[in-house]
Amino acid sequence: MFGYEFMREAFIASTFIAITAGLVGVFVVSRNMSFLSHTLSEIGFAGASFGILIGISPLAGMIIFTLVSSIAVGSLSSESSRREASISAISSLFIGLGILFLSLSSESSSYATNILFGSIVGISSKEVNQLMILALFVIFVFIIFYKPLSFDSFDHIGARAAGLKTRLLSIAFLVTLALSVSIGAQIVGSLLVFVLLTLPGATAKYVVHTVPKLIMVSVGLSLAGVWLGLYLAFVTNWPVTFFISGFEVIAYFLGLSYKNWKLNH
Amino acid sequence: MIEAKNLSKSFGKQLIFKDLNFTINDGDFVSLIGPNGSGKTTLVKIMMGLEKKTSGVLKIDKQTIGYVPQFRNIDIDYPLNIEQFVRLNLKFTLSPAKRRQDNATIEKILEKTKLTNLKDRPLGLASGGEKQKAYLAQALLNDPKILILDESTASLDVEVKMQLMDLVEELNHKYNLTVIFITHDYELTKKYTSRALFFKHQTIEEVNVADVSEDMFDMGG
Repeated sequence: MFGYEFMREAFIASTFIAITAGLVGVFVVSRNMSFLSHTLSEIGFAGASFGILIGISPLAGMIIFTLVSSIAVGSLSSESSRREASISAISSLFIGLGILFLSLSSESSSYATNILFGSIVGISSKEVNQLMILALFVIFVFIIFYKPLSFDSFDHIGARAAGLKTRLLSIAFLVTLALSVSIGAQIVGSLLVFVLLTLPGATAKYVVHTVPKLIMVSVGLSLAGVWLGLYLAFVTNWPVTFFISGFEVIAYFLGLSYKNWKLNH
Repeated sequence: MIEAKNLSKSFGKQLIFKDLNFTINDGDFVSLIGPNGSGKTTLVKIMMGLEKKTSGVLKIDKQTIGYVPQFRNIDIDYPLNIEQFVRLNLKFTLSPAKRRQDNATIEKILEKTKLTNLKDRPLGLASGGEKQKAYLAQALLNDPKILILDESTASLDVEVKMQLMDLVEELNHKYNLTVIFITHDYELTKKYTSRALFFKHQTIEEVNVADVSEDMFDMGG
């Protein structure tokens, strides 16, 4: 299957997407931001259709929308109950906007399907390069902030007590989350990018108990999901997203059962 | 040493306390007592630099404070084990020598807090007392001279409370650690602390521990 250029491109792109999403996902889960990452992907959809409407690339539209809104959500409120409500409000608005932008632009509805559900055939080598640069940037930010971000994500109260600048960390994290959503949506689609951003990280936490191991397991599951998904999509011609989400969901429930089994033994 | 002179704090128009004057010496084991909302936690936050004072002087070295907060978001699915939780407070390093030193520090802290045998247990599955010990260990990691316990014993049963306080007392004696203990617990104040600062009517007064009475903890204020 690597005889086809588009499959080679898709493999390279999804490898970078999986590494980024698996890494960021550990922190999404520990910071209880699964819901926000879901919303960001809907905002990403609006951004992509906005990009199409005004004639810039969908990826650029996505990045602009997710960046602005993640920072807005982050500074809107640190209280989680209020955050949930404001996220719901923002998310409804953006789904509406996304649909409006698409209907105003002249693109066909198959384009919308691609943005929402992902596609393995639509990626050019120029886009692969863009994704790689963005992914490397996200990984770089994580290396720089690794220690304080771990402290803040796994023990926010302790980090504050130790005098860490938690607000700055939170914004740095939201920026990388916004970028990861935009990157991931290129393959799995904006509706399901949160699968890669939440499930591998959530599964990892049932099986291992140190930050480096959480990252390794999460990245591993995420890579296994996209590689297997691409292969099966190539063989069956079914949508790649179906296989990826199927794999990650099965892994999640296996992880959960393992934890419960261990508790009783 | 901690020294406060005419220290005052208000939030907007609401006065929390005014003109506090007190000294806490190295190695003191002091309780901060008084009704809810009397300003105990606010004072501690000012000490740590998390809140700004409104006026007055507070002399304290913020770098040397370890703080064990009252609440923590640790649920049953919390993934990190006890050792990893304690390690969160380590600074980032690439130097192998510094890493070896960090590992030695962790080992020593776990031993000091009697957690060595429990270090691989996921914190989410640890008991209330074990959790508090882990919080304590994390706060002690950077070798503070002052330890602040913010109602750290509130949710524990009596026996576990005593074990934790015995441990804190041991650290206080052995390492001349200054301990500031915010509490609503009459028994613990009597048994462990050598001085008591009583918050009342927006000010503070030093009371003899022998004279501390149960009505000083009156929740209603």
